[in-house]
Amino acid sequence: MNLKLNALTRSIWVYHLSTGSCNNCDIEILDCLTPRHDIERFGMVLVGSVRHADAILVTGALNLKTIPRVKNIYQQAPKPCVVVACGVCACGQGIFKNGPNTPNPVDSVLPVDVYIPGCPPKPEAIIAGVVKLIGKLKKP
Amino acid sequence: MKEEIIENIRYRIGKKILNWEEPAKDRVYATFKREDLIEVARYLFEELDARLATASGVDTRKAIEVLYHFAFDRIGLMFTVKIILEKPDIVVESITPVIRGAEWIEREIHEMLGVDFKNHPNLKHLLLKEDWPEGHYPLRRDR
Amino acid sequence: MSHKVIPIGPYHPLQEEPEFFRLHVDGETVVDLDIEIGYNHRLIEKISESKSFDQATFLVERICGICSTSHPLAYVQAVEDLAKIEVPQRALYIRTIIAELERVHSHLLWLGLAGHFIGYNTVWMWAWRYREPVLDIFERITGNRQHYAMMKIGGVRRDIKEEDIPWIKKTLKQLKPKVDMFKGAVMDDPVIHARLEGIGILTKEDIKNFCALGPTARASGVDIDVRRDHPYAAYDRVEWKVILQREGDVFAKAVVRILELYESVNIILQCLDKMPKGSIDANIKEIPPGMGIGHIEAPRGECFHYVFSDGGNSHARHKVRAPSYMNVPTNKVAVVGETISDATIILAAVDPCYCCTERTAVVDVKTKKKVMDSADLIRLSQEKTERLKKKLIAI
Repeated sequence: MNLKLNALTRSIWVYHLSTGSCNNCDIEILDCLTPRHDIERFGMVLVGSVRHADAILVTGALNLKTIPRVKNIYQQAPKPCVVVACGVCACGQGIFKNGPNTPNPVDSVLPVDVYIPGCPPKPEAIIAGVVKLIGKLKKP
Repeated sequence: MKEEIIENIRYRIGKKILNWEEPAKDRVYATFKREDLIEVARYLFEELDARLATASGVDTRKAIEVLYHFAFDRIGLMFTVKIILEKPDIVVESITPVIRGAEWIEREIHEMLGVDFKNHPNLKHLLLKEDWPEGHYPLRRDR
Repeated sequence: MSHKVIPIGPYHPLQEEPEFFRLHVDGETVVDLDIEIGYNHRLIEKISESKSFDQATFLVERICGICSTSHPLAYVQAVEDLAKIEVPQRALYIRTIIAELERVHSHLLWLGLAGHFIGYNTVWMWAWRYREPVLDIFERITGNRQHYAMMKIGGVRRDIKEEDIPWIKKTLKQLKPKVDMFKGAVMDDPVIHARLEGIGILTKEDIKNFCALGPTARASGVDIDVRRDHPYAAYDRVEWKVILQREGDVFAKAVVRILELYESVNIILQCLDKMPKGSIDANIKEIPPGMGIGHIEAPRGECFHYVFSDGGNSHARHKVRAPSYMNVPTNKVAVVGETISDATIILAAVDPCYCCTERTAVVDVKTKKKVMDSADLIRLSQEKTERLKKKLIAI
């Protein structure tokens, strides 16, 4: 297993990227940090800059105005970097599927590693998604 | 109270009203000519102290209607000023110089329906991406 | 002029609509502000034209996750205004309960974030911890923590079960002492007073010119509240009062929100007591042509929906106006003349997405070089709080 990927399996630092969501997923992601779920116990924190991040957490249907910004942000991220699509809009555009301003799914722009469906996914689901991500990284 | 204000409106700008609808007890839809818009908006906003709730642009295929929704909070009345713009001449005076809060909504109607607001201080894209194709208006129904 | 420009945003990892602020600064003072929005724009008004009347309630719910009752409620009221629908009494009470629960969770959320950005992470953790029981109530009543899907044209989709009511009351009563604690923590804290008082002042004229709404307007002494002015749901059948403050600064906005928490809890408790038995749905089959307006008091101010139908299965036009649309432009007045370290909390005070500040960089206009790194704005703000704290201790 890649040494760098091995380093990603503990204390993941997450950069959170909203690409036109209704911000419910964003609230639930924050909820993971607050006392009831408290994933900061495992060293997972939200970081303010993508340059410090191990993982990018994408929420929302990708709208046309954000696409160049999202590409830009992914280029700035240190590699290897995993991408998690959180919420049904990021996974498969959800209710905005036929919207003229949201024609592209997130995985047409970024290489998505883990999909967490739900509208919004509960904090438990997000944590389960991260656990699966770690399992995936550990696989030889 | 409500009757008084409606009577005032009818007295002051009644001659300019083209059409008056009252589908419910707290909803009034009044149609005006586009030349009178500034005067009507100034009267409602400055003298009667109404609040501009928002404006909606509606494409009825033959024409584009711009509806300015004014709320009278003290009496619970929603007074809508309707301006009908026959295509292809969809130009109307901007009310932003009178009501600053109308800046964004006029920009939005401009980019969604292509209505040209004369004398708007900053008429550029608000919501859509910067290089959105010229002359392509998402909420138009005539395509 | 040799002033610098600070771009804030567009990405914000925490709250609502991503907006992009461009702060023009001269030394430490903000001299101008440009606001650019649209990073969250999904053309919902267009998509809505392809949905049937019933489906659109689910669509408008997804405009905003925090206001996921406000938009459907305004929308169903617009359709009910169009079609002249009489809603059953019990449904009106249930609508009030859900709308007020949403106000409680939304105000707690704002309080927490405001605390975070002035350097009180404890307030953030507390506020979000005490928000969880409210979400539990939502889950018990509606089956989901967010996106409750309760509103329906002519009524509500789910009933509140009798056996749940004592538990809901107990949970809400436990919330009250927590709000008391917040009130004490915010109102008696000298550092919070020093940080929030007298900054970002909006006068009555500003509010009128920008047509600002909700707690932003009420903190400046403008007495508007749709719940009282155009009564809907069951608000005219319960006892409550509109919270007003005169000062118009950030502190007044915080006070309005905290005091509104008490009113909301009271409204819910009264509704649970007074709620009549009966049906919860008027069973609407057809919507006639016409136009209707629905507006309600969302946690951030008036939420406005206009529906125009030509008699078909879906609307010919559906206009949505969220409260932040009118409130965010007021930042242009509020932030000018203040320092950069106060800018974050002022931009947050109207309760928009504010977390744009997480991705900030100070750029020198001449050289286009980054002179400050991202997230420094929050650090600046937090450092100012630290300084003030030390100063106060020294006294």
